Amino acid sequence: MTARRKDRLNIHIQGWLLALPAVVLLAAFTYIPAVKTVIDSLFATQVGSRPAPFVGLMQYESLIADPIFWRALHNNLLYALITVPLAIGLSLAMALWVNGRIGGRAGLRLAFFTPTILPMVAAANIWLFFYTQDYGLLNKIGIALGFANVNWLGDPATALPALMAVTIWKEAGFFMIFYLAALQQVPPDLYEAARMENTGRWQVFRRITWPMVMPTTLFVGINALINAFRVVDQVIAMTGGGPDNATTLLLFYIYQVAFSFWDLGYAAALSTVLLTALAAVALAQFFLLDRKIHYR
Amino acid sequence: MNALTRIAASAALAASLSISAAKATEITFYYPIAVGGPITKIVDGYAEAFNKKNPGITVKPVYTGSYQDSIVKAMTAAKAGNAPDVAVLLSTDMFTLIDNELIEPIDKLANSDADKAWIKSFYPAFMENSQAQGHTWGIPFQRSTIVQYWNKEAFKAAGLDPDKAPKTWDEMVAFGKKLTKKDGSGNVTQWGLEIPSSGFPYWLFQALTTQNGAILANQDGTKVTYNDPKVVEAAQFFADLSVKHDVMPKGIIDWGTTPKDFFEGRTAMMWTTTGNLTNVRKNAKFEFGVAAMPSKARGGSPTGGGNIYIFKNADKAKQAAAIAFARFLTTPELAADWGIATGYVAVRPDAWETEAMKKYAAEFPPAIVARDQLKEAVAELSTHDNQRVTKALNDALQAILTGAKPAKVALDQAQAEANRILAPYQRQN
Repeated sequence: MTARRKDRLNIHIQGWLLALPAVVLLAAFTYIPAVKTVIDSLFATQVGSRPAPFVGLMQYESLIADPIFWRALHNNLLYALITVPLAIGLSLAMALWVNGRIGGRAGLRLAFFTPTILPMVAAANIWLFFYTQDYGLLNKIGIALGFANVNWLGDPATALPALMAVTIWKEAGFFMIFYLAALQQVPPDLYEAARMENTGRWQVFRRITWPMVMPTTLFVGINALINAFRVVDQVIAMTGGGPDNATTLLLFYIYQVAFSFWDLGYAAALSTVLLTALAAVALAQFFLLDRKIHYR
Repeated sequence: MNALTRIAASAALAASLSISAAKATEITFYYPIAVGGPITKIVDGYAEAFNKKNPGITVKPVYTGSYQDSIVKAMTAAKAGNAPDVAVLLSTDMFTLIDNELIEPIDKLANSDADKAWIKSFYPAFMENSQAQGHTWGIPFQRSTIVQYWNKEAFKAAGLDPDKAPKTWDEMVAFGKKLTKKDGSGNVTQWGLEIPSSGFPYWLFQALTTQNGAILANQDGTKVTYNDPKVVEAAQFFADLSVKHDVMPKGIIDWGTTPKDFFEGRTAMMWTTTGNLTNVRKNAKFEFGVAAMPSKARGGSPTGGGNIYIFKNADKAKQAAAIAFARFLTTPELAADWGIATGYVAVRPDAWETEAMKKYAAEFPPAIVARDQLKEAVAELSTHDNQRVTKALNDALQAILTGAKPAKVALDQAQAEANRILAPYQRQN
């Protein structure tokens, strides 16, 4: 073995050794459980001491026949389609606002960021008070303005939008921070050139700001989308999936099937579907949006 | 025997004693908390008192969160081969625990004459949720029923007798109409009645079905009667309270905020657990009354709450210790003390004969209402694959209450779903 090859081997070993802690952690807590979940989904749920029989794709067949699964999927898609663009729009608007030269800027930034600091369960409890019938904050304002009393969380038509509002409120402040950082990275000479050309504000936003923050939008978009499928705390704290599954989201349903019904095989099948969907979404976003993004 | 052998013998005896003392049987006890108050302190105190009385046994109490958290922890610990020896879990978890082969029948472990008398010493209404397949699987510990609370001042203001709660469904509707107040623009400022329907509406609904003369499940937990005409009728009445009679808020009424609505004067009557008694006593700034449920064909309420279960274990000494601890927790004195501290119904008649309980009941007569209602109480809905079968009913009820489906359609669907889930268990028997 020549000294050069030995060196190269050493570098490889060193590299792997450096990556080892991360690899071990990821394998132990992400990849092995994920693979195990897929395997488990091919077996029936173990009852008592009898070993679980292999059932092939039966869990997936019952999944297709399960109306609550479709309801949860439908709710979750709605949740993603509505909360993601709204959270992105709102966070960008807030970032543009607090990026300008206005009085009390630091205070405003802090105020926008505050919802992020709160634990989700605490936030859910605050909103629970807003939504309460009769004496909740929203209804008090509504009644004073002459609107009828609304049972926000008790009516299937308003319960899911009510949960969406909490998510948007909570996430917008967090995403604002990323946009704020992105806005400060935009070279000022671009804006100066635009000013010399006497360009309108909308044109400046569309031609300079929006393309320049596109990488951030991609990052935020993926995160928001994944978060939309990971929502579970406020469902547990605010509605328990009710009324009549109107607020049942996928992850909540998985939790219920696994830890209320103890149907672990079926829960594994549901998890596999969720994992696959999320992986597909992430891949699609990377490949499709990548081409439209201007990287420096 | 000479002196030397005597000394040697006594030394050996001492050694064996010290070994057995070091090997004191240690058992783990899981318990949930579902009501307000310094519960961990009380339970730790009970365990300590037991340890002092039984030097050979050490009970390690472990607080495991809500009922839901507790069953999750007990099941996952058991699957990992580390089950608790004894645990307080929902009485309705019985079939889940049996089906997963996690618990031992109490009558198998405790079969002396004294043990048999002990198992017989509880209110029969509570034992209904403890027995199946010819065995006793749970010992009643923290048990409750539903009662109605009413605001005496609101009754007076509406021209009703403040000392009389509605005795029938018709009276309840008539009182409710008098108690529902609206402001100039038609918004309701005070409702007549609130029956919560979030989370576990089946439990409160079961009071209505019981009163209408229906029983929701068989004793072996293999059959339900969700679409029985009497059940459909009860569901229709539940919905009519808000839609037709206009005495109850529309949509889903939150379980957690119902007591607050009552304190704030938003509702003049409410249905909730006896476990809320201490809470209401502390927070209601007006005179209130507590009464048994109104009746239709009959009176009555389902029971609720938690039982003591003994887990399977190859170590017989641990199981014997677990039984001893269960017996200790359900002595008349302790049952009385626990009832007074929490608001749960003391689980055996002789607990009500203790001095402490007599004094408490004389001071605070509403405490007796739940006990007296036990004569008419029925088992809480409990079947194999319980949470799933119950969810079918919960979903149907919420669909009916929010006007998404008519009562008959929703309950027919729930029945079909329950039949599908229960089919394998029906074949087994």
